[in-house]
Amino acid sequence: MEFGLVQVWEGGWVGAILRGAAVTIAVGVASMIFGLIIGTICGLIKWRAVFGLSQMVDLYTSVIRGVPELLIIYLLFFGSVEFVTKIATAFGFAELADAGYAFFITVAAISAISGAYSTEVIRGALAAIPKGHIEAAVALGLPSRRIFARIIAPQMLRIAFPGINNVWQTTIKDTALVSVVGLQELMRTAFIGAGSTHNPLIFYSIAALVYLMITLTSQVGFNRVETLLSPRKGA
Amino acid sequence: MELIQLAVPVLLKGLWMTLTLTALSVAIGFNLGLGLAILRGSDNSWLSGFARYYSIVFRGTPLLVQIFLIYYGLGQIKFIHDTPAMWWVVSEGSRCAVLALALNTAAYTSEILRGGLVAVPAGLVEAAKACGMSRMTRFRRIEFPLAIRQALPAYGNEIVLMVKGTSLASTITVLEITGYAKRLMSQTFAIFEVFAIAGVLYLVLNLVLIGIMRLVERRLMRHTGSAPQIRSATMQQPI
Repeated sequence: MEFGLVQVWEGGWVGAILRGAAVTIAVGVASMIFGLIIGTICGLIKWRAVFGLSQMVDLYTSVIRGVPELLIIYLLFFGSVEFVTKIATAFGFAELADAGYAFFITVAAISAISGAYSTEVIRGALAAIPKGHIEAAVALGLPSRRIFARIIAPQMLRIAFPGINNVWQTTIKDTALVSVVGLQELMRTAFIGAGSTHNPLIFYSIAALVYLMITLTSQVGFNRVETLLSPRKGA
Repeated sequence: MELIQLAVPVLLKGLWMTLTLTALSVAIGFNLGLGLAILRGSDNSWLSGFARYYSIVFRGTPLLVQIFLIYYGLGQIKFIHDTPAMWWVVSEGSRCAVLALALNTAAYTSEILRGGLVAVPAGLVEAAKACGMSRMTRFRRIEFPLAIRQALPAYGNEIVLMVKGTSLASTITVLEITGYAKRLMSQTFAIFEVFAIAGVLYLVLNLVLIGIMRLVERRLMRHTGSAPQIRSATMQQPI
């Protein structure tokens, strides 16, 4: 029963936890990037109200945001496991598939979730851009690609930034959910540690602490960028 | 068709558990959150600091970690193991889930309510003081009614997040909608169909809750004579 921080250190768990944290951050960053790509495309579709596509985006965001994340992860994981194993074995990549598969499907699931939230943030930011700016650019005869690059994108980024920060915070916390399907990220490492040493209290406390450090550090970074992006007073 | 006959009754059984978990944790969490929001505005720096750090810790860590810490971790502490009332809570999955969800939503609720309390115009509070209202009366008659009206739209979103949060209870042996859905998925291999039925249950539940919140909002705002502004999406806005 005598098991403390010393044993965590001697058991080599510190390295395992750090590796887990690295996987968590990798999954979080990758999903956030894909989520932002999805969000920008879907946000633009919603903003322009493209008939047909816009309704599909509505369905996507409503389903993802109304259904628990865990259920979505189960769908993507159990729904694809057979299919992917078959394909990979057919091409002789069975072992490779095992290693990369969990990571891939995890990023796909978390991206789909963070993409739905990003869509709403980006749509809101696009709607907040004054119409007159775009009309002025059109009146000046700027080509639409330049209108997007010079007028729409910079304002969209600035307005959407606080919302994107929120999406990031939820995304990094959502990555913990994929531990239930077996990816060796921070939560899974803590789970294994808790199981094999019979000391869940220490391992989950460490996990909580590491998550807290990740969220707080990224919060500081986001706040810095936000002040950089905000218009200077008097300028 | 056979599948629907098999899955729907099972998932409806889970719906009952989901509803119970949501109702209990929202009821407990709202009161805790209100307390924290009041502490946050306190002049005592220990009290307001406690409320602030509580909110940082519970909003900065995943709900799953909190649930596991309570379910697996707390039983290890001798004091909790030896106190019957505490052991009663942590020895069983659904009670742990309610505890974790309530503590979690309390942190978010405190932020939402604090936003509402801060938005109460100072002049109204001063007027209430000038009328000689006691602190309690002032809070009950002036600050809280105004704050809750301000906070209601955001609080509706938090309730939807709680409904989704109850799905994590399935990881600690509680069989609610997601728990049953997972079991059905592995029994029938009809992954997508089970997902669709469970998903519809969640969507309908969330829509009903949002509808109720709108009705409450309209009732509270009836003095303004106009319907509350319609928010764009049916589901919650990003936090």
